[in-house]
Amino acid sequence: MSESTKKAKPQFGRMRLVDALSYRLPLAGYISILHRASGGLMFVLIPFVLYLLDKSLLSEDTFAYMKGFTSHWFTKLLILGLAWSFLHHFCAGIRHLFMDLHIGLEKDSARKSSVGVLAISLPLTLLVALKLFGAF
Amino acid sequence: MANNHIGTRRLVVGAHYGMRDWLAQRVTAIVMAIYTVILLLCFLTGSAFSYEGWAGLFAQQWFKISTFVVFVALFYHAWVGMRDIWMDYVTKSVAARLILQVATLLWLIGCAGWAVQILWRA
Repeated sequence: MSESTKKAKPQFGRMRLVDALSYRLPLAGYISILHRASGGLMFVLIPFVLYLLDKSLLSEDTFAYMKGFTSHWFTKLLILGLAWSFLHHFCAGIRHLFMDLHIGLEKDSARKSSVGVLAISLPLTLLVALKLFGAF
Repeated sequence: MANNHIGTRRLVVGAHYGMRDWLAQRVTAIVMAIYTVILLLCFLTGSAFSYEGWAGLFAQQWFKISTFVVFVALFYHAWVGMRDIWMDYVTKSVAARLILQVATLLWLIGCAGWAVQILWRA
């Protein structure tokens, strides 16, 4: 086989973002993408969590410092991002575990459980947001 | 299909990392979920968020050990997930993928060291 015919071959299994953008996904597809995105975000924020845990445990002074640090609006935003990521990842993850047991695989129930994931994770995230930004 | 076998039984493609990691990801997920519930219960039933209450919880050896176990579960879980992400999206260059995967591993091992220091310092 010559070099030129090799190059003309389509490469299967190599998805590009531009290909994915034109897809119309079922709700479960978006839940899945958000599951991955929230996981990636939490991976990035691991040092942030360890930093907070470190400061919260070291001494009473660093605990007080941590409280001041977390009262900054940007820190609160990070915590909110983390809270949403965790809640979404947790709910969608439990949905996946049930699907591993072949529960709720049908089109209709998969859609319902997708709605369920959002119905639990989003109000809880809103609750965290209200708490963080001092609504109660 | 027959091409993948030596003789009639032995499959020579794949190293079966997939199944092991798939299972590990689920087991670690369940471990973390249980810990989350325990932490939440300790938090809600214990004293309000004060330094004494918080540090007191982490002063107990059983809590240090279970937190450590959950951190290890978290890092393994994150490794499987990040490896999936690199395998799915970094397909053009094997070298780039390898570098990212090794960097992820080193990063997580570093985080594990930090977690141990936080938990067991005097």
